[in-house]
Amino acid sequence: MLEVSGLRKAFEGNEILKGVDLSISKGDVLTVLGPSGGGKTTLLRCLNYLEQADAGTMVFQGKRMDMPTLSRKEIAAYRRHTAFVFQSFNLFANKTALRNVMEGLIVARKMPRAEAEERAEAALERVGLRDKKDAYPSQLSGGQQQRVAIARAVAGEPDVIFFDEPTSALDPELIGGVLDVIQHLAEDGMTMIVVTHEINFARHVSTKVLFMDEGRALACMPAGPFFEEQKLERIQTFLRSLDRKDE
Amino acid sequence: MSERVINILITSFPRILGQGILVTIPLTVISFSLALVIAVICAMIQIADIKGLKQIVRFYIWIIRGTPLLVQLYLVYFGLPDLGIMLPAFPCAIAVFALNEGAYCAETVRAAIEAVPKGQMEAGYCVGMSYTQIMCRIVLPQAFRTAFPPLSNSLISMVKDTSLAANITVMEMFMETQRVAGRTYEHLALYSEVALIYLMFCTVITWLQRMGERKLNAMNGGEVIRA
Ligand SMILES: Nc1ncnc2c1ncn2[C@@H]1O[C@H](COP(=O)(O)OP(=O)(O)OP(=O)(O)O)[C@@H](O)[C@H]1O
Ligand SMILES: [Mg+2]
Repeated sequence: MLEVSGLRKAFEGNEILKGVDLSISKGDVLTVLGPSGGGKTTLLRCLNYLEQADAGTMVFQGKRMDMPTLSRKEIAAYRRHTAFVFQSFNLFANKTALRNVMEGLIVARKMPRAEAEERAEAALERVGLRDKKDAYPSQLSGGQQQRVAIARAVAGEPDVIFFDEPTSALDPELIGGVLDVIQHLAEDGMTMIVVTHEINFARHVSTKVLFMDEGRALACMPAGPFFEEQKLERIQTFLRSLDRKDE
Repeated sequence: MSERVINILITSFPRILGQGILVTIPLTVISFSLALVIAVICAMIQIADIKGLKQIVRFYIWIIRGTPLLVQLYLVYFGLPDLGIMLPAFPCAIAVFALNEGAYCAETVRAAIEAVPKGQMEAGYCVGMSYTQIMCRIVLPQAFRTAFPPLSNSLISMVKDTSLAANITVMEMFMETQRVAGRTYEHLALYSEVALIYLMFCTVITWLQRMGERKLNAMNGGEVIRA
């Protein structure tokens, strides 16, 4: 469904992505693992055109796109099929939870108000926060804000959702609730690309794993073999270091 | 205080206040509204980095902030007629006050927009909104909350600065006071009186500001609008 090849991105001459390839099918949960600074966030941002790639081709639902030259209009059209969940939530600070979810539906998708409200309430219900629909972001905990952000992502009925470390800005006791929500989405068949350092979660929900290190995809393969029959020394060391941290 | 002074104060009060209501307040309200429009446009041009226009805006702000308001009034009212451009005093005052305040407020508004976290814009893009939609619905409302107290400050300054318009024959509160004082020689009493009226006006604005802030806070879900 989504296929990317030869993705490159440099900041001020400093090459961060050095030709990354990846592909996912409908229903896949691709987790992106790797050490800090490896380019995971940059990869995800390029995938949703928050950063403009220097090179790369994307094939999305059969449509071929040249990533560096995609027009603003084509980007907007593509974004109507995707959603993004940020590490720092980025809820609209001047809107209630319900409004946060409705905003894109009404403004970008031109949905009638009543229908948007109904859909937004259903999305909040899905993340267990319907009773907080009138709260402003500043009145919600980090975990609740992130769940509203997930509701906002889901409400647009995207074909794929990108998550950039959705739990790393959260207090430990709030992480579980957010991961549960994402896991439920996975069980419902939502296609997702998730950057995470939560290794147990990754083992649990991934169908595929992409391992990023120093701007390269060292592996992009099904989750079973990645975790169980890992051959690459570099990845084995990384996994072992995470397992040790978990204990 | 002699009976004479008290009488002068009592008879002059409605006349001075009258000029305040008929001239000072309209002059302030019209000029400040125009200044806000100028400020938002100039701030947006700078934020959106529109080539060419941005240089013009920077130049305008540089000129206005680097020269005295009184000199600007004289230039436009007494200077421009040399070029054949003659404006009546009141519109002239409005133009100068609006352009002057617009330059200062432009910086206030620009800073307030820049203080809105970048993530708000990105989140807007990711739900499919356009730059203009995000600006109008997400960024500007938040920037307005931040800019509100300094803008109120500017408004208060402007109420008092309108007294400078007396210099170009605009018959506002201060000029009315000068006239009465010139006739009666009761300078201390009369200028104290007009000072009190300015104080009254500014007190009302301060009061409105507090109400406005409370309302804006409620619309952003409490005192702290972002973590
Ligand atoms: N806008 C930018 N300008 C300059 N350099 C950047 C920019 N964004 C990222 N980088 C650099 O790119 C490199 C990769 O960053 P990135 O955030 O993609 O890593 P990451 O894998 O997400 O790391 P982490 O696990 O810590 O989130 C870093 O060295 C970072 O300094
Ligand atoms: Mg990152």
